[in-house]
Amino acid sequence: MPPASPDDSVSAPKIKTAAPRSYAPAASSEIKIHAKDVNVFYGDKQALFDVNIDIPAKSVTAFIGPSGCGKSTFLRCINRMNDTIPTAKVSGVIEIDGQDVNLKSVDPVVLRSRVGMVFQKPNPFPKTIFENVAYGPRIHGLATGKAELEAIVESSLKKAGLWNEVADRLHQPGTGLSGGQQQRLVIARAIAVGPEVILMDEPCSALDPIATARIEELIDELRSQFCIVIVTHSMAQAARVSQKTAFFHLGKLVESGSTEDMFTNPRDTRTQDYITGRFG
Amino acid sequence: MLIWLSLLFLALFSSVAFMLGRGRAVKTAGGVARVLHSLPGYYGTYAALWAGVPAALLLLLGAMFGGRVEDAMLQAQRPAVVRALAVDRQAVFFSDAQAIASGIAPSEIAYEGELKAALDIKVAEAQRVDALIRYSVLALAGVLALAGFLLAFPRLSADFRARNRVEGWVGGLLLTCSIAAVLTTVGILMSLVWESWRFFQTVSPISFLLGTEWNPQIAMRADQVAATGAFGAVPLFAGTFLIMLIAMAVAAPVGLYSAIYLSEYASRPVRATIKPLLEILAGVPTVVYGFFAALTVGPLFRAFFNGIGAAMAGGPFPGVADYLMQVQNQMALVAGVVMGIMLIPFVSSLSDDIINAVPQTLRDGSYAMGATKSETVKRVVLPAALPGIMAAMLLAVSRAVGETMIVTMAAGLQAKLTANPLDTVTTVTVQIVTLLTGDQEFDSAKTLSAFGLGLTLFVVTLGLNIIALRIVQKYREQYD
Ligand SMILES: Nc1ncnc2c1ncn2[C@@H]1O[C@H](COP(=O)(O)OP(=O)(O)O)[C@@H](O)[C@H]1O
Ligand SMILES: [Mg+2]
Repeated sequence: MPPASPDDSVSAPKIKTAAPRSYAPAASSEIKIHAKDVNVFYGDKQALFDVNIDIPAKSVTAFIGPSGCGKSTFLRCINRMNDTIPTAKVSGVIEIDGQDVNLKSVDPVVLRSRVGMVFQKPNPFPKTIFENVAYGPRIHGLATGKAELEAIVESSLKKAGLWNEVADRLHQPGTGLSGGQQQRLVIARAIAVGPEVILMDEPCSALDPIATARIEELIDELRSQFCIVIVTHSMAQAARVSQKTAFFHLGKLVESGSTEDMFTNPRDTRTQDYITGRFG
Repeated sequence: MLIWLSLLFLALFSSVAFMLGRGRAVKTAGGVARVLHSLPGYYGTYAALWAGVPAALLLLLGAMFGGRVEDAMLQAQRPAVVRALAVDRQAVFFSDAQAIASGIAPSEIAYEGELKAALDIKVAEAQRVDALIRYSVLALAGVLALAGFLLAFPRLSADFRARNRVEGWVGGLLLTCSIAAVLTTVGILMSLVWESWRFFQTVSPISFLLGTEWNPQIAMRADQVAATGAFGAVPLFAGTFLIMLIAMAVAAPVGLYSAIYLSEYASRPVRATIKPLLEILAGVPTVVYGFFAALTVGPLFRAFFNGIGAAMAGGPFPGVADYLMQVQNQMALVAGVVMGIMLIPFVSSLSDDIINAVPQTLRDGSYAMGATKSETVKRVVLPAALPGIMAAMLLAVSRAVGETMIVTMAAGLQAKLTANPLDTVTTVTVQIVTLLTGDQEFDSAKTLSAFGLGLTLFVVTLGLNIIALRIVQKYREQYD
């Protein structure tokens, strides 16, 4: 079942740490996600080759690499969204807190309540702002009454940094918000079920620079409570928000390590070429 | 014949004008096409348009109204013998004269004495007038074509803005087409309103709209009882509504569920088989559904209800049992159910398209929240598709209201005010058909009542459509 009432994680008001503009402190040592020999096929076409990586808890891990290299594919393995693609076949082991997510006994519905996801294009449901955030708690039966539901919605919107902007129009359509607000609404929606991991697939690629900066700040704030994995094709963004970086190329995980190391001292020539802009 | 020949000739002339125009433009540019304001073809087209279009319009006008002018000229003078005839006989006289003149009727038509002499004169006159109009139209068209060309040709020079002019012509053409469509609709509506107005002079609108008895048979002789007939349209609209409700009760759930299955649950091969099958079903002519209703479903339902009645006989409700045993083949239920079956592919195919148009990102968003497939369909996909689905349902309703054939064959023709689906009913469209088919004079209250029905139906459907649009708009605002 989903974790206990998200309230306890909600009550502590977040003190905003000064957003680091250079490299954030090193990743925590606790491993949240462990992937071993992950291969993915779409029909006959292999999209991922033997991916091995450890993703630390309570920190931001960035996946970078040229488009088509399999970043999204790997991200979708973590919450088993590849199940929704009939041709996709996944092999290998992906463990969250030591439990293999691909086991038959793991219900993807429960898994996805632990692993939230934010997509490239903001995709609020055609419902009110309130109903968007209440969607997850409702389907997972997290709130026992109206008051509790309202509390979850409010705290999720606050954590997503959207509360002040929408408090007076909770019952207007979520689709009426600006792109950046929509993306934060979608993040609030994901937070509302109390996940442990949040996957973000190029969450800023449809946003303007100001909205992007806002989301990056938010990601930095959320780091203390969630394990965040973000796909980005902006090297600068990876450098700004992540503590760990993994570089994918042609379906292979070329190298991964602390973000600082990756950007100052890449081991592989392909990584070097990519981050210096020689291809991509 | 003559008009086709002259149009062909005009087309040839236009082509020549095109060549000449293009040639002249190129020549004024000294053979360097780049110096021209527009592509050379535009200069040719400009010349061709001026040479061809006005003359063609004149020819068409001549073909359309030449006959009218001829009538007017012919009938301007009426000899005394003709004026002595009754008005409708005079009309026959003139049409005979024209028919003989154009060789359609034999010249030895039954006229005698002075009238025969007058006829011969008019025949000769008709031939003269006919020739006069024909050749003057032709001559005028020739002059117009030439004048148009001579007007356009000297203008063609390198800096003449031929493209803009041609685009202006094209714009005018498009405008004409759309105006024609609008005018046609207005014309149909006007004739409907006009004939209905005539009808409402004999039958008051109140008794038409609120009357509960429909019996448009007017007595042949004044001394018969029920000399005026009864024109209360309520039973017809009630019948239409009843059958529409039954049809939608069948088509809406089945169509919608099959659309949901097809778009959300069916595997690719299943979908690839079922979808074309449904589309074939949508192409079955309604007459065939009519057969099916009258010959298969009707007797089946009758046997079913008679059987229930027989089983209930001697039970606590003798009245119901008797009634069920006497149910006939023709009933509202049969027509409604078969019409519903006819509408299933319509509803399902429209809804399927609408559901498929819901962006995949919404489904992904829902699945990523840990929603199951049915939660995703119920809470995200269907609400997003709702306005479209409502519009599809209202389209189905207006098809059900307009459907005639199935009801004629399966529900009977008796106008009864009833909510009993086992009874025979009739609908507005069926009555319009029965009122206007066969040998009818178009000035009795009986035939005119068809226009009254048509107008009311039109107003009702218009109202439905407006409400539908409003609803859709409201949801749009909420969801976009
Ligand atoms: N649904 C799919 N069906 C078939 N092939 C796919 C599908 N999704 C992705 N691919 C293929 O898998 C490879 C990796 O894609 P993806 O993970 O989306 O790359 P990235 O996110 O790094 O740009 C690409 O070659 C892509 O064409
Ligand atoms: Mg991608």
